[in-house]
Amino acid sequence: MTDTATTARRRNMPTLRDLASTIRSKNAGVDHITFDIIFKERANFERVRDAHVLSPEVVARLFRIPESRVTDFVVFEPANAIKFTIRRERPSGSPGERDVFGSQQYAPLFEIEVP
Amino acid sequence: MKEISILCPTGHLGFTPLEKASFHAGCELKPDFIIADSGSCDIGPYPLGADSQASPPAWQRHDLEAMLLAARRLGVPMIVGSASDTGTDRGVAQYVSMIEEIAAEHGLSPFRLAAIEAEVKPEALAARLASGLLLAGLDGRADADEALLARTSRAVAVMGAEPIAAALKAGAEVVIAGRASDCALFAAPLLNAGLSPATAYYAGKLMECASFCCEPFMGKESILGRIREDDIRVTALHPGQRCTPASLASHAMYERRDPFREHVVSGYVDMSACRYEQIDERTTRASGARFVAAPEPMVKIEGAGKVGERRLAIVGMRDPYMIANIDKAIAWARARLAERFGAPEEAGWQVFYHLYGRDGVMGPMEPCPPAAPHEIGVVVETLCRDGALAEEICALAARNLFYARLPEVKGTAGAAALMSDEVLTGKPGYEWTLNHVMPVKDPCELFRTRFVTVSGAARRAA
Repeated sequence: MTDTATTARRRNMPTLRDLASTIRSKNAGVDHITFDIIFKERANFERVRDAHVLSPEVVARLFRIPESRVTDFVVFEPANAIKFTIRRERPSGSPGERDVFGSQQYAPLFEIEVP
Repeated sequence: MKEISILCPTGHLGFTPLEKASFHAGCELKPDFIIADSGSCDIGPYPLGADSQASPPAWQRHDLEAMLLAARRLGVPMIVGSASDTGTDRGVAQYVSMIEEIAAEHGLSPFRLAAIEAEVKPEALAARLASGLLLAGLDGRADADEALLARTSRAVAVMGAEPIAAALKAGAEVVIAGRASDCALFAAPLLNAGLSPATAYYAGKLMECASFCCEPFMGKESILGRIREDDIRVTALHPGQRCTPASLASHAMYERRDPFREHVVSGYVDMSACRYEQIDERTTRASGARFVAAPEPMVKIEGAGKVGERRLAIVGMRDPYMIANIDKAIAWARARLAERFGAPEEAGWQVFYHLYGRDGVMGPMEPCPPAAPHEIGVVVETLCRDGALAEEICALAARNLFYARLPEVKGTAGAAALMSDEVLTGKPGYEWTLNHVMPVKDPCELFRTRFVTVSGAARRAA
């Protein structure tokens, strides 16, 4: 567990991992990876949405990319979901690429604290 | 208006075999159509570029056989799109022969098959470009120029519902389509039945991945859609799954940048006002889609080009000093490579060191690489036009870690563990060159349909 997560636990502050039922990443076409954070409980969704702990700025900082690479950020009410998309460094499956489906890029979202 | 029902057994025919129990349960409900997509860009650029397939032929045949036998028994049309992963002409031809073999093996009565090809030659695209047509880049890409087309080994155009709907109208009982928008396969018969493009394409979008739109998560299980104008009812057919407003809505946003829009040749579906309601334990109804027609039809073009031959080597590290100084060791190794083979850009080679245990999965996007991993696994990936040279570069790129010169390395017999002193031959490296759209006069103009009468009777008589 990272230091921030330990601190959050000590402060009794839940993280996205505690509140969301699905946190995933996946290709959106060949040039982007899209991230979905989906909540079973409407209350948890509203809590995260209203706490503004996720934003293009936060995402850019977390993944160490310029904000211009965060191409989309949407609160998707019908699915109790927050969704954002980032542009890949190079198209999926190119030589040197690491994650052809884009399916293992979501882990850093787990420890985001939610007041 | 009559209700149309569609059975969808799999979200990617052949990728792993479909599950027969829920498929047969769906057949019992006597659907009007059996439809599945068989392709994806997710598998990377290699299969398209090399005109190869990602799925084993035995699994493709398994799924086609299940669908064909059911469709012929029920006397309803079957539609498969993006044949054999890529939707190239090879994929269409391969599926057509599989259908012919299955028909012969089971002695099926004659039926009419439509094969729709979607491949488009890079030279033909270059000619369009030369005539002043724009091949516009999607997703922030630059518009295509001649050089990009020259780097493209193979390309396909992505069809909308129009060529498939035309084939069905002309009496096709089995449609094997090349590259197609997943949702268009479902939209085609719905449009023919008089439903609006909004309902037709939206139903396709919801159903294209079969059981992925239900919960809990299961792949390759069948779902049934019952569709009337602005009323799409999706039912899970596996007894352990349900289709819920949450599962259906979250599928609507799956694998896409914009959860509100689905683009096809003739326009886009606007899903921003869609509603989802549970109507029985396993069924959810969706409604409220709108369709915005494009001013002129725009066809998406996908293309892949070869970068070079690819070689791989696997190296491990356990010495904490070596691990702490891995970046220095790599810099040293790269410098030796450049001395021997020339600067990578000028000499036309590339080496990537994938550091599993530190940031092999996320690379520069990794927010917290461990300061002192216990061990590191390095995959050395090498690309070069010439295969023999790629092999030599890869061997040296790996062995240079073994010989890395770092002050204070106590292990002077080798600074790395070679899993085996061996260079592995990878498939050639390809890249996605085209992710573009092109205006057309007619949504069907890039696609070629031929009809074949398939008869298994000869075998039955024999």
